[in-house]
Amino acid sequence: MIEIQDVTKVFGSGEGAFRALDEVSVTIRENEFFTLLGPSGCGKTTLLRLIAGFEGPTGGQILLGGEDLSGQPPYRRPVNTVFQSYALFPHMTVAENVGFGIKMLGRPKSEISGTVSEMLELVRMSHLADRQTSQISGGQQQRVALARALAPRPKVLLLDEPLSALDFKLRKEMQLELKRLQSETGITFVFVTHDQEEALTMSDRVAVMSDGEIRQIGTPREIYDHPAERFVADFIGDTNFLKAEMLGREGESARLRLASGQEVHARASEATASSGTVTLAIRPEHADLAPEGEGVLGGTLEDIVYFGTDTHYHVALDGGGERFVLRKQNQPDEDRGYQRGDRVGIRLGRSAGQVLRD
Amino acid sequence: MARSFDVTRQPGFTMIAIACFVLLYLPIILLVAYSFNAGQSISQWEGFSLRWYVSAWDNEQIQDATIRSVIIALGASLIATSAAVLAALATTRTTPWRGQTVAFALINQPLMVPEIVTAVSLLIFFSMIKVWTGYTGLWYLVIAHAAFCIPFAYMPIRARLQGMDLNLEQAGADLYGTPIKVFRHITLPQLWPGILAGGMLAFVISLDDVVITEFVKSAGQDTLPTYMLGQLRRNITPEINAISTALLAISVLLVTAFFFMSRTRK
Repeated sequence: MIEIQDVTKVFGSGEGAFRALDEVSVTIRENEFFTLLGPSGCGKTTLLRLIAGFEGPTGGQILLGGEDLSGQPPYRRPVNTVFQSYALFPHMTVAENVGFGIKMLGRPKSEISGTVSEMLELVRMSHLADRQTSQISGGQQQRVALARALAPRPKVLLLDEPLSALDFKLRKEMQLELKRLQSETGITFVFVTHDQEEALTMSDRVAVMSDGEIRQIGTPREIYDHPAERFVADFIGDTNFLKAEMLGREGESARLRLASGQEVHARASEATASSGTVTLAIRPEHADLAPEGEGVLGGTLEDIVYFGTDTHYHVALDGGGERFVLRKQNQPDEDRGYQRGDRVGIRLGRSAGQVLRD
Repeated sequence: MARSFDVTRQPGFTMIAIACFVLLYLPIILLVAYSFNAGQSISQWEGFSLRWYVSAWDNEQIQDATIRSVIIALGASLIATSAAVLAALATTRTTPWRGQTVAFALINQPLMVPEIVTAVSLLIFFSMIKVWTGYTGLWYLVIAHAAFCIPFAYMPIRARLQGMDLNLEQAGADLYGTPIKVFRHITLPQLWPGILAGGMLAFVISLDDVVITEFVKSAGQDTLPTYMLGQLRRNITPEINAISTALLAISVLLVTAFFFMSRTRK
């Protein structure tokens, strides 16, 4: 659908040049909810603006349905954008905003009004069609911006952190709303966010970016359970990092020796080395507390933090003082009876960890 | 609690402020007051009357000069505002180009160059054209006024353009608006307050210009200000006060409108 091939974007020149994107390649499939996730300055918004045509790439090309978009101005690309600031036209009503794109395409009046009411219905804003955009709330402006971008039936909808200005509850609601809109319209969504939770809950696939490069592409589960490198593991969710010695690898299954001397199994991609010291990433909820002497690691309970839905146990590992955090979901009226200072063991599920690429 | 420097608390501040306001406005208040004088004098009060307004209204020379002033101001502000819109677009909506700072300085030069220099140079320049073409009409004045009105029209328009959300124009392009359509449907509707404000400012500036007009005008092309200047050389009557007060009223009205226009829809 969208093929991004070796795209590089450099802003400025000479000393002050900034490489926002460095030979990025990714293929976004038809009808996919694809998310670009990364910290600010990682190049995700730049990539979005290149697809929209607001900027031109310094190198590489972007193809839409096999057609090269190079040199096509934004108004000739069948791609629409939902801006972070919504960018609603302040001198037009809600309905005029929604109808702007199809009006520019020169469609007849009857078709425009039909599409506008259909779109307003889709985002549940029909009752506010004649309002000025300054007279509606942030959440409603968000819906109008969506309707406006969807009305011309673009091949691709680009969304630039559209939920970041909304409060928590509204954001949750709009996350579901966006998923619904995507499946109802069948349009490919390219969604930019720095919020990992948003990325995990909404996306079919996620590309994690940093420093102008894509670090990993995969389904939310792949990205979360099997981060390829330390940046991804660290950026998405909480992770424990342990040094371990690689004993051998068969396909994607690796055998490792931990600092405690115990052997464990973990997943490793084909690209990782089959010997030497490696970093093992383990999610806090993939480990379990055990009585002292059991499990693969031992240590002292340093802190117990209650979070409502779950409790975090901070363990200072024996020999070296590394910290290991476990997360257990709370059950009604359950007290596991642990106290600060308790000696505990840590059990790992089979292939609970992921060996990171260095 | 540490206080930052507060000028209103310095000794003598109130006195200086009052003195400034008195100097600024007392003469104007006196001028307005004496426009209603019943007598011939502009400094001796002899009772209230509207006779000087009536006499100014009936004065054919004043009528002529007023109509001429308005025609010139309308023509000049129209030309200046159109040029200012283009100049403002070129200095805010393009990727920075070589010589942009120079262009910016050139647009604003009428604010810096002594008006008398402009006046003399226009006098010489236009007299050359007059010899060459034989045309001696009002256009010389309209063009001269338009030239020095451009920076006044330019400033509010540029400010408006700079204050505009660039995302709006991008959204317009994203929604299939060609550059021309985006300008017509998105930029221009939001620019109107700035254009009106700039136009009105240019109008007021043109309306009360003396120096350049005095140099450029041909015989019998008096505008209201140059007519008044001419009257001062003869005997001064409160008629001058009446005209001044009328001009003042118009300016205050326009400037007030300008203020509200540049403030709304922000």
